[in-house]
Amino acid sequence: MRRTPLYESHKRAGARFVEFGGWEMPVQYRGILAEHAAVRTQAGLFDVSHMGEIEVSGTGALALCQEIATNDAARLAVGQAQYTLWCDETGGTIDDTILYRTGDDRYFFCVNASNAPTCSAWIAERARGRRDVAVRDASDETALLALQGPNAAAIAERAGAPELRALPRFACTRATVAGVACTAARTGYTGEDGFELFARATDAVALWDALLEAGAPLGLEPIGLGARDTLRLEAGLPLYGHELSREISPLEAGVGWAVKLEKGDFVGAAALARAKREGLARRLVGLEIVDAGIARADHPVLAGDERVGAVTSGTKSPTLGVAIALALVRREALDAALAVEVRGRRLSAKRVALPFYRRSSSDGGN
Amino acid sequence: MEFPEDLKYTREHEWVSLDGNVATVGITDHAQQQLGDVVFVELPAIGDRLEKSDAFGVVESTKAVSDVYAPVSGEIAEVNDDLPDNPELLNEDPYGDGWMVKITLSDRGDLDDLMSAEEYRRFVEEAAEE
Repeated sequence: MRRTPLYESHKRAGARFVEFGGWEMPVQYRGILAEHAAVRTQAGLFDVSHMGEIEVSGTGALALCQEIATNDAARLAVGQAQYTLWCDETGGTIDDTILYRTGDDRYFFCVNASNAPTCSAWIAERARGRRDVAVRDASDETALLALQGPNAAAIAERAGAPELRALPRFACTRATVAGVACTAARTGYTGEDGFELFARATDAVALWDALLEAGAPLGLEPIGLGARDTLRLEAGLPLYGHELSREISPLEAGVGWAVKLEKGDFVGAAALARAKREGLARRLVGLEIVDAGIARADHPVLAGDERVGAVTSGTKSPTLGVAIALALVRREALDAALAVEVRGRRLSAKRVALPFYRRSSSDGGN
Repeated sequence: MEFPEDLKYTREHEWVSLDGNVATVGITDHAQQQLGDVVFVELPAIGDRLEKSDAFGVVESTKAVSDVYAPVSGEIAEVNDDLPDNPELLNEDPYGDGWMVKITLSDRGDLDDLMSAEEYRRFVEEAAEE
């Protein structure tokens, strides 16, 4: 199993580890509920260095980004980022990513850890023979820390980067945080304000330690993948392998807003346009479980006695105190009274709007 | 990690406290630590009959779902009604307020298969080394 440069730091902090996408990652330190609450009320620091970074540069960089990803990269000014997906020819999802424009002809995709090798090969294949674009997988030399929570901007300030407070949502810039040079972006995967900091892998420990020290008076603590999952689920954000896969299109998963069919041709465009024209066979919905119990991934969704879908992710929401789930449900059952089958028991469920949780204040960024 | 001397233990990480013919059953300190924050507990109904090793309840943490198995055969005499609304009791006090059920034994011979505190401690330590 692979380890990030921060493995020893996590071990010293008392982390419990879990295998995730071929990586040995911290799943929790103090406890998932306590860590979840810290991010919602103060701040948390995540090591997500297992994620991949694929750089695309050259005069043909924009064209390649446009061809490979669903969102419209032409809308990105230098210093902006966008959520975008990679699809195959059938419209199935290869990965969901964030694309950052860091220069006139410089972009990079941040891709999921489990998909990084696939993405790297996929884009290399399409770049082959083109002399105006260079593709480079920078994953091994790059560390990624996510500083998330309502106190994130104040902590960045304490770490010597007060200018980050003014960084707009989905913008990115070069910055020096705690003496470490990095690309800072106002992005995240928690539903809170915050930053993602891309730094050299060799600087990871210095950045991690300095941020924890600067943030301690503001409640900053390390957060594992366990709380990362409950946080993103409350925020209604998809997780590849659950809400998105080669069998699930971005349109079905409710991220069709990041699919710009009008921008020109791209891989999967024809299939996605056809699916949209014909009407989607199923949709991702938010469910609140009314009866006592917790729905989990793969539990059947029922309308009457008929199976009409399946749960893709489910948990007891730490913030809301109720069991919530994302589920893919067939079109004809979207308005039916739904239930979830949990270990042979039928739990009634009601459809609720996504996201389950939306932060109330908008202190900076979004 | 605590292994109270006066309790008996199973390989599935339950503890048993015997009072006459009634066994109080819960999950061990080691089990709750492994599970992490418990957020949901499902218990049987009073009067349910169990064979030893039957799953009688479910404990869910934020990440994992675990069955809890009957350490002895018998009939459910009492359940801890506080647990469904306060599942965190399993983490906070696994040998006390976090008890799960009381079972009226149907076969005292079942008790012979349980481990002492020392045996269970060694069992946990050996599992950790693997």
